[in-house]
Amino acid sequence: MKKGERKRRILKEIKTNKFLYLMFLPVLIWYIIFAYVPMGGITIAFQKYSVVKGILGSKWVGFKNFQTLFADPYFFRLLKNTLLINIYGIIFGFPLPIILAIAFNEVKNKHFKKITQTISYLPYFISVVVVASMLIQFLSTEGVVNGILQAMGKEPIFFLQEAKYFRFIYLASDIWQGVGFSAIIYLAALSGIPQEQYEAATVDGANKFQKMLYITIPCLIPTIVMMFIIRLGSVIAVGHEKIILLYNPLTYETADVFNSYVYRVGLQDMKYSYAQAVSLFQNVVGFIMVFTANKITRKLDGTTLW
Amino acid sequence: MRSKINAGEKLYVFFCYFFIILLCVTILYPFIYMVSASLSSTTAVMRNKVVLWPVEFTAEAYRVVAQYKGIWTAYANTVFYTVVGTLINLAFTILAAYPLSKKRWGARKLMSFILVFTMWFGGGQIPFYLTMKNLGLLDSRIAVLIYGAVSAYYVIIFRTHFESLPDSLEESARIEGANDITILMKIMIPLSKPIMAAIALYYAIGRWNSYFWEMMLIQDEKKLPVQVILQRIVINSQLSEDVASALTAGQQSFPMTIKFAAIVITALPIICIYPFLQKYFVSGALVGSVKE
Repeated sequence: MKKGERKRRILKEIKTNKFLYLMFLPVLIWYIIFAYVPMGGITIAFQKYSVVKGILGSKWVGFKNFQTLFADPYFFRLLKNTLLINIYGIIFGFPLPIILAIAFNEVKNKHFKKITQTISYLPYFISVVVVASMLIQFLSTEGVVNGILQAMGKEPIFFLQEAKYFRFIYLASDIWQGVGFSAIIYLAALSGIPQEQYEAATVDGANKFQKMLYITIPCLIPTIVMMFIIRLGSVIAVGHEKIILLYNPLTYETADVFNSYVYRVGLQDMKYSYAQAVSLFQNVVGFIMVFTANKITRKLDGTTLW
Repeated sequence: MRSKINAGEKLYVFFCYFFIILLCVTILYPFIYMVSASLSSTTAVMRNKVVLWPVEFTAEAYRVVAQYKGIWTAYANTVFYTVVGTLINLAFTILAAYPLSKKRWGARKLMSFILVFTMWFGGGQIPFYLTMKNLGLLDSRIAVLIYGAVSAYYVIIFRTHFESLPDSLEESARIEGANDITILMKIMIPLSKPIMAAIALYYAIGRWNSYFWEMMLIQDEKKLPVQVILQRIVINSQLSEDVASALTAGQQSFPMTIKFAAIVITALPIICIYPFLQKYFVSGALVGSVKE
């Protein structure tokens, strides 16, 4: 009886919302095939995967790939490079959009503000291949940067062939691309500050610098904290797309991160199982961190990220 | 005392303007230099004569690039992937967002979770590649169009927008006998044009700029997008035969000017449309940030 009622309720739900199900169906199929089937492919990290035998036919090896990973002399290097790129990225890249937003906030000329804002967002929309190509051109031995060095009487530098320059090049171009765009969220927060607060401060004799210190920055703190926690959540991940365009065996020492290693060992050398173990390690740690970050921001803000 | 405060204030405002102008120069100069270098003679570029404007003006680099048939094929491919791909993106995003915005939908919570979970966790590069391989999608244009068909992030933005539209619109249409499909097509979509434009623009930019999976999935030269060709020209310095023959005899690799010309050609459409669609670029970014 109860079973029948439940069945009837489900049928009724499907009948009333049949078009909603129909609309969502292609999306669901897409997610199953292109997101959840690949997720099942994670299991190859516990196998000695062979392309011929497939996932079902390959031999299970338990945690052997992970034991190899943790004993791999590269493991520490990958962890160090991934964390350092993120930590330096936070130290040098995180404050700049905030400073930029505050600076934009002081600009009273509308045309100047609009034009400069538009320019500042532009690099965000340029492709990673174009950015990497520009870097390679400018930094080559015949490039403009070495031209300037030579004009100053200095020896040319092989910027992309020396490991010690890689992080700087990677992060400087990251900041160049993203600083304007990242400022948007702070500008949105600034536009929410009631103008009366500034007016009241003016009446009290505060100057612009004091207003920035005592009104603008306190109003930005919640957004800053939120963005900072989100940023910390992704500290275990560095995307491979720009890395693999800029690195080479000479710079692996500082450039190689988990994702670029997965690409090289997995997709280039076809050691699928081992590379997948590396990838899974990073994804699990990353998942825990992003999940925690979201929990914290939810507590702070009362809303979720997603 | 008063003048001291004023001086400090002036210094602060000066610093704000200085910072903004410095940033804009840092952003614009590489582009200007690149365009000028691509329009200068090879010797002028090699001797670092180019500072701001072209030196010994010549369009030779563009002439050589234009002779390279591969780049035009790649360009056509990119246009195809961008146009058709963006349409697929929009269709999938709307088809996902509309049902998810309906509180009366029984499967809403579950389906929402299925989407959002993929933003947190994924299989990674290798299982995705193997899946595409097992599906027989390697080296096909369909693979490029379909692999990024929908982004959960934009679905959520669109869903939030649909939720913000008043329920009364739907109710009155329902009284007149309209079903969900009619309501979506006749009422909801016409009311969503600005946000649709912003999201379509972001999808289109993503399509135009994408290179990694195209490089992995496509082997056939005739199907490659322009970003992958650019990567081969500049980063791998691969010479294709028809370009090699267009170069003057004795040159071993592309001169700097030709590489600059290739970069300019690849980036140009984005830079050209950018000032005109600027408002959508910013509104798209704001929709995303307000959501948080």
